[in-house]
Amino acid sequence: MGYPHKPHPKETVLLSEDFGDAEARTYDGWIKRGGYKALEKALSMDRAAIIDEVKESGLRGRGGAGFPAGVKWNFMPKEPTGPHYLCCNADESEPGTFKDREILRWTPHALIEGCAITQYAIQAEVCYIYIRGEFTEAIEVMERALAEAYERGVLGGNAMGTGKRIDMYVHRGAGAYICGEETALMNSIEGQRGNPRIKPPFPAVRGLFGRPTTINNVETLASVAHIISRGSEWYKSLSLNNPRSTGTKLFSVCGQVKRPGNYEVVMGFPLKDLIYDLCGGMNDGRTLKACIPGGSSVPILNREETEACLLDYEGCQEVGTMLGSGGVIVLDDSADMVYQIMRLAHFYAHESCAQCTQCREGTGWTTRILRRILAGEGEMKDLDLLLDLADHMTGRTICPLADSCAAPVVSGINKFRGEFEAYIKGEKPATLAAV
Amino acid sequence: MQAGAATEPLTGNMDQTTEYKPVFVGERRQQLDDVFKRYPNKQAALLPALWIAQDEQGWISEATMAEVAEVLDLTAAYVKGVVTFYTMYHEHPVGEHFIQVCTTSPCNVCGAEGVVEAFLEHTGCGELGATSPDGKYTVIEVECLGACGFVTPVLIDDDFHDSVTGEKVPELLARYR
Repeated sequence: MGYPHKPHPKETVLLSEDFGDAEARTYDGWIKRGGYKALEKALSMDRAAIIDEVKESGLRGRGGAGFPAGVKWNFMPKEPTGPHYLCCNADESEPGTFKDREILRWTPHALIEGCAITQYAIQAEVCYIYIRGEFTEAIEVMERALAEAYERGVLGGNAMGTGKRIDMYVHRGAGAYICGEETALMNSIEGQRGNPRIKPPFPAVRGLFGRPTTINNVETLASVAHIISRGSEWYKSLSLNNPRSTGTKLFSVCGQVKRPGNYEVVMGFPLKDLIYDLCGGMNDGRTLKACIPGGSSVPILNREETEACLLDYEGCQEVGTMLGSGGVIVLDDSADMVYQIMRLAHFYAHESCAQCTQCREGTGWTTRILRRILAGEGEMKDLDLLLDLADHMTGRTICPLADSCAAPVVSGINKFRGEFEAYIKGEKPATLAAV
Repeated sequence: MQAGAATEPLTGNMDQTTEYKPVFVGERRQQLDDVFKRYPNKQAALLPALWIAQDEQGWISEATMAEVAEVLDLTAAYVKGVVTFYTMYHEHPVGEHFIQVCTTSPCNVCGAEGVVEAFLEHTGCGELGATSPDGKYTVIEVECLGACGFVTPVLIDDDFHDSVTGEKVPELLARYR
């Protein structure tokens, strides 16, 4: 799917309305679309009132964890004894996810506005937008928008003419998936290796440069301006399934589907409608085999579960998976599940920061066993070994990277065991050369 | 080690015969000074400083690490620890054009491996990570470029190309002669 994208009638476009429209990238274009009015309004509000409004709206973290944004902000000290920081997590690297990229590329001022409102609410004069190093175009667009925002007085020492200081900088990553983990991200800004930190202390107590810090995802921050301008009641009304999941959500659909791309729908939208209607269904002659609805770190769904899944935090939980980042990976009947799960395990082995033994050893070991099976050299007991390994990789490490490697392996073996066994029994010819 | 070699200064240069040209002078120094203003301490400027250095020299040599360490009041060992953590800093010289092809699952399932093969063939690189005999190209597989809906995404230097197929590779490469 390219841009401009004509929204499907079932889409509710809030964040993606201007995707594909180059004019919206400029300050003047953004003002023409009503931009920076929410920031103006916010700066005249009481800080607590902003936090309450966002809390009341039900906005939850769009990066994967789903933590309520307003509650997170409320953890920040109310009487600052020194600098506070905001970090915008634009290290979008979760396989299957490419939504933040479009916000950064097409509506940089929407993100600046959301960040500035948040900075005011949590009393953070400085915000770092951490963009993954590979997003060269997004970095360029964002830098240009920031320069414009400074020139036009949105940012700087007299932000929006209020006499308040709001500074915002891009910090470019350099190739490390793990830096999307919030404490690794802070270490990376500090000029360190991107190793996650042990929590507690939580970032709101001791974060970036040892100071109280809030880290929010791009999509979360871009949603804030809409809540401030139209109110929490309106935002809450955007909910189809469960009142605890509100607002719109961008879903990045990829894999074996007719029209992959970004689609924005109201929380609780049926996954089957997303795949079969919005994305035009499966490629000709193909049927749906499996779907990973929340980026590669969440359990894989089989066809039945996919067709029953409602896309919100609770709906995904009900079918045994997670909403995650909203990266929907679709696989049809031609996909080799063993091979694809090996590719995912390989990804996590490549991206492990290697601090924790379970992760450093487990991700590599998992990949080697899967390669062995694909080479026709596997044994039945390898499946038990994989599951046992996965157990040791779940909930036992500093950050959830090891868990993320285990999730597709466990759900893959449980739901598509026959495909693994076919390789082991020699019913399916080896896909990889012997190791 | 030959007699007398120990008295040579340890510059860390890969090629001991050429003199090291420092990065952070003139405009580049100004660029770094601007970066310093964004952070409360010098160490935080490490990633940006490495980007500036790589931009200038094409890769990060041990001598570069030593210079970066000096300007940021860090040790060379510390800088090396950081450089080796991140995949985008080149620890060896690479081809004039650096080609990164995404092969993570969503791209893989849509044929990314065929795109890699086409690049290896048409660049003359032959294998991943190797530089072509004419010094023009280096091809690597990269984990998720975050553009899974536009298979296969390829990053050539700083240019993003989406929807690349094996057939489109020769035409694409023609733009990077």
